[in-house]
Amino acid sequence: MTSGGWSTLGAIATQFGVLSLLAFGGANAVLPEIHRQSVAVHHWMTDKDFSALFAIAQSAPGPNFIVATLIGWKAAGVPGALVATAAMCAPSCFLTFWVVKAWDRYRETRWRAAIAAGIAPVTVGLVFSSAFVLIRAADANWRLAIVTAASASVAYFTKLNPLWCLAAAAALGLTGVLGR
Amino acid sequence: MSLADPAAAVPPPLPPAETLANTPPRTLFLVFLSIALSGFGGVLPFARRALVERRGWLTPADFTETLSLCQSLPGPNVVNLSIVVGSRACGWRGALAALAGLIGAPMLIVIALGMLYGRFEGLVYVQRALVGLAAGAAGLVASTAARMAEPLLKSRFLSAAPFIAAAFLGVGVMRWPLAYVILALAPLSVGLMWRRQA
Repeated sequence: MTSGGWSTLGAIATQFGVLSLLAFGGANAVLPEIHRQSVAVHHWMTDKDFSALFAIAQSAPGPNFIVATLIGWKAAGVPGALVATAAMCAPSCFLTFWVVKAWDRYRETRWRAAIAAGIAPVTVGLVFSSAFVLIRAADANWRLAIVTAASASVAYFTKLNPLWCLAAAAALGLTGVLGR
Repeated sequence: MSLADPAAAVPPPLPPAETLANTPPRTLFLVFLSIALSGFGGVLPFARRALVERRGWLTPADFTETLSLCQSLPGPNVVNLSIVVGSRACGWRGALAALAGLIGAPMLIVIALGMLYGRFEGLVYVQRALVGLAAGAAGLVASTAARMAEPLLKSRFLSAAPFIAAAFLGVGVMRWPLAYVILALAPLSVGLMWRRQA
C-alpha cells in the first residue's frame, strides 16, 4: 500500500473513531459530520456519491451505521471499509461494555435520567441536520423534492414498511422522469 | 449408545428453560445474525421482536430500560444493545459474538453493493434509479427526525425546542464541527434537566 493509502486509512480511523464517541442517537446524528469530512475536508467523494452511498446503505439489511462501511470503501477500498467499520464500533463498544456494570448498580439515580433527557433534544436537532444535508445533496430538481416529500409523508403518517418508499422512488427514477 | 449402557435407562434431564444467563456465544451470534438480516433501514423493531417476543431473553420492561441505556451512550444504539445483551449472557465472549453476528453479514453485503456501484455507476439506468433512491432515502430520514421530535415537543416544548433548533442550525445549516456543537449544547441541556428534577 502506498503512503497515501496509509494516511487515508489513518484519517478514516481517526474520523470514525471520534464520531463513534460523539454518536449520541446513533448513526443518523453523525451523518452531517461524516458528510462534512468526506466531501468538504478530505474530498473522498462528491455530494452525489455521498447521497448515492447513503441510499445504498439504507436499502441493504443491517444497522444504519453501516453507511460508514461504504464511505470507508469509497475512500480506500476494502481496507477502508474494514477500518471505518471497526473505528465506528470499537470505542463506543468498549465504553458500553464497561458502563453496563455501573449502570446496573446506579439504575435509579438522578444524573442518569438527566443525561438521557438532556441529550434527547440535541439528538433530534442532529437528525434534522442529517435530513437537511441529505435533501440538499439528493434533490437536484423540484421533481426529486416531491419524491422526498412524498417518502417523508408516507413514512411519517403510515405504518408501511419504509422499504416500499425506497422501492417506489427507485422505480420512478428508472423511468427517467426524475432526470438524467 | 449400547444397550448395556446404564445411563441409557435414566431419562435425559429436561433441557433447562432458555434464559439469557445460560446462552452460549454461538446462539448469541446466530440470533443477532438473524436480527441483522431481517432489518432493512433500521433493525431495532426486529431486535425487540427477537429478544423479547421470540427468545424471552428480556422482559418488555427490561428492553425499554436497556434501550434507554444504549441511547444515552454514544455509538449506534443497536450495536450497544448487542454488547449489553451479549455481555450479560457470557461476558466479553458473548459481547463479541453478538456484535459479530450483528455487523458481519451486513458489512459484507454492503461492500459487495459498493463494488457493484463502483462498476456500474456509469450506466444510465443505475444513475436514474440511484437518483430516485437517494431522494426517497432523504425523505425517510426527515420522517425519522419528525417522529423523534413529536413526543419531546408535545411534552416539554420550551425546554426541547431551543436545543433542537440550535443543534440543527449549528450542524445542519452552519456546518460547524459536531464535537463543538455537542460540547456546547449537551451540558446546558443536561444541566437544565438536572435542575428540573430537583
